[in-house]
Amino acid sequence: MSGIRFESVSVAYGGHTVLDSLDLTVEPGEVMALLGPSGSGKTTALRAVAGFVTPASGRVLIGGRDVTHLPPHKRGIGMVVQQYALFPHMRVKENVAFGLRAHRTPRSGIPGRVAEALEMTGMGAYAERYPRELSGGQQQRVAIARALAIRPGVLLLDEPLSALDAQLRSGMLAELARLHRELPDVSLLYVTHDQVEALTLADRIAVMDRARLQDCGTPQELYRTPRTEFTASFVGNANLLPVTVAERGAVFEGRTLTVGPAGQAPYGIAPGATATLCVRPHLLALGEGPNALRGRITEVQWRGSTHRLYVEVAGHRIKADLPELRETPALGDEVTLHFEPRDAVLLTAGVSHG
Amino acid sequence: MLVHSKAGRWAAWALFAVLFLPLFALPLVVVVAASFAGHWSGAFPSDPTTGHYAAAVRGESLQALTTSLVTAVVASLLALVLGTWAALAAARLGRRTKRSLDALFMLPVAVPSVVIGLAVLVAFSRPPLLLNGTSSIVVLAHTVLVTAFAYQSVSAAIVRLDPAYEQAAASLGASPGYVLWRVRLPLLLPSLTAAGGLCFALSMGELSATMMLYPPDWVPLPVRIFTATDRGSLFSGSALAVVLMAATLLVLLAVSRIRTRASYR
Ligand SMILES: Nc1ncnc2c1ncn2[C@@H]1O[C@H](COP(=O)(O)OP(=O)(O)OP(=O)(O)O)[C@@H](O)[C@H]1O
Ligand SMILES: [Mg+2]
Repeated sequence: MSGIRFESVSVAYGGHTVLDSLDLTVEPGEVMALLGPSGSGKTTALRAVAGFVTPASGRVLIGGRDVTHLPPHKRGIGMVVQQYALFPHMRVKENVAFGLRAHRTPRSGIPGRVAEALEMTGMGAYAERYPRELSGGQQQRVAIARALAIRPGVLLLDEPLSALDAQLRSGMLAELARLHRELPDVSLLYVTHDQVEALTLADRIAVMDRARLQDCGTPQELYRTPRTEFTASFVGNANLLPVTVAERGAVFEGRTLTVGPAGQAPYGIAPGATATLCVRPHLLALGEGPNALRGRITEVQWRGSTHRLYVEVAGHRIKADLPELRETPALGDEVTLHFEPRDAVLLTAGVSHG
Repeated sequence: MLVHSKAGRWAAWALFAVLFLPLFALPLVVVVAASFAGHWSGAFPSDPTTGHYAAAVRGESLQALTTSLVTAVVASLLALVLGTWAALAAARLGRRTKRSLDALFMLPVAVPSVVIGLAVLVAFSRPPLLLNGTSSIVVLAHTVLVTAFAYQSVSAAIVRLDPAYEQAAASLGASPGYVLWRVRLPLLLPSLTAAGGLCFALSMGELSATMMLYPPDWVPLPVRIFTATDRGSLFSGSALAVVLMAATLLVLLAVSRIRTRASYR
C-alpha cells in the first residue's frame, strides 16, 4: 500500500512557475482527481510524481519514500498518458509484458500476468494484435493493462479518456471504477479537466488553477459547499452574485435574499461585509417563490432534456438550467427566477481567486 | 501525386518525361549501349558484343568489385554505429553544444573529398598511425566521408521520435539502456536502414578521396573504371560502370526490403 505526498512542490520552466508549492496527500488506496482548466499545472504535478520533471523545491514521496531525485524507472509507478504511447513495433501482449521484462520477472511468470492484466481490462482476445489494429478505446484499455501488469502501488492517469467520444467515455469511467474496486490497494492520481469524470470517479478532488491548489475535498463538499469562488464556478458551474451580508440573509442589488437554514446568520459572516452568493443553475426555477429575481432573457439554449436560459438581472448574467420547457421562451421576455434558501452558499469575498 | 484531372495528370507526366529523360535516363542509356558496343563511330553503336561483360566479371575486375563491396559494407556499418552513437549522445546535449557537434559532423560534407583524402593520407602516413599502403586507409577515409550522412539522418529521426514512448517505457521500470535497446532503436530502425543504404551507395561511388589513397592490392571499382577510360577503353569502362550500378542497386533493393518489413512490423 503506498500513497503519494507532495510537500511544497514547485516546478518552474525557464523562470516561469507552473506549479506553486503544492501540498497534497493521496492516501493509500484513494482515488484523487486533479481537476483544473487547461494550463493549470495538472500534468506538471503528475510528471513530478513520475519523475519527468524535477521540482525546483519541495519533496515528492511515494509510499513514505522520498523519490524527488530518483529516476523514473526506479519509482515503482504505473502511468497512462493521454496519447497512450503503446509501442507500435510490439504486439499487445508484448506491450503488456514490457514492464514485467524490464523488472526481470521470471520468464515463466510473464504469460500468466499478461493474460491476467488483459483479462482485467477486457482485452484478452486482442493479445496478438498490433496497436495500430486497435480502436482508440481498445488502445486505452491496453495502456491501462500495461500499467497494471507491473502491479504498481500508485497509478497515474493523465486525461486517459480525453481522446474518446462521449459514450465510450462514460463506459470507460464505469470500467475504471470497477477496476479500482478490484484493486483496492492501488492509489490513483487522475488528471482531468472534466468535472463529471472527477465527480464520478474520485474519492477526493484537488482543484487547481493558475499553478496553485485552490481547494481539496470530497466531491459532495466541493459541489454542495464550495469554499472558493473558483471551485463554485468550475466544479459546480455556479452563478456568482456579489452581495452584502445583512442581519438575515444577503442583499443583492437592493433585494434581500435568504440563504441557508432559516433564521441563522449565514456562516457567521458579520453583517455589512461583502460576500459572494453561489447558486447552481439547475437549482433555479421559473416563477414566483422565495428569493425571486426578475430579469430579461438574453439567450436561450435547448440542450435536449433541459433548457439553459441566460437572464440579465440588474446587470448580472444569470444561468438557469430548467427541465425542458413546453413553450420555448423568446429573447427579451421578462421572467422571474427563484431558488430555495438552502440551495445557496455564501462565500466571503476576497478569499478566493488565487 | 495530388493531381486529379486527366489532363493535369498527362501534363505532369509530360513534364516528368521532359525533365527526367535528358537529365537522368539518357546518360545511363548511353552507358548501357556503350557497354555492349564493339564500335561506336556513327550516331549509334555497332558490332554488339557481350565481351566487355565477360571481362568485367573476371580476374582483376571481379576483384575490384569485391574490394568495393567489402569497403562499402565495412565503411557504412562503421559509419552507422558511429553516427548513431554520436546522434544519440548529441540528442542529450544542450542546444549550443549540439549545434557545434552538428557543425563538426558537417565538415566532411562541406570539405571537398579530395581534401579529406589528402588529410587522411597526411595524418596516417607516419608512425604511430602508419596505415598508408594498406586497405584500412581506404576504409577509414570512406568511413570519415559517410559518417556525416549517417549522423545527419539518424539525428533528424531522433528529433522526430515522440518522447512519450521512452517516458512510458521508463514509467514501466525500464532502465535507459533497456529503453534504448527495446524501444528507441527498434523505432529508429527504418531510419537506420535508410541511412545505411545511403552510406553504402556513397561509398560504392567514391572516387576522388580513394584516388589519393588506394594501395595496389586494394583497387575499388570506380578507380578501375577511371583507369580503363583513361587508357581509352571506353566500352570496357562502361561495362564496369554498369556492373557497379547493378551491384549497388541490388544491395539497396535488399536493404529497402528490410526497411519496409521493419516499418510494417
Ligand atoms: N516543457 C515545458 N516547457 C515550458 N513550459 C511548459 C512545459 N510544459 C508545460 N509548460 C507550461 O506549464 C503550464 C502548465 O502545463 P501543464 O501541462 O501542467 O497544464 P495542464 O494543467 O496539464 O493543462 P491541460 O489540461 O491543457 O493538459 C502551461 O502554462 C504550459 O505552457
Ligand atoms: Mg495536461
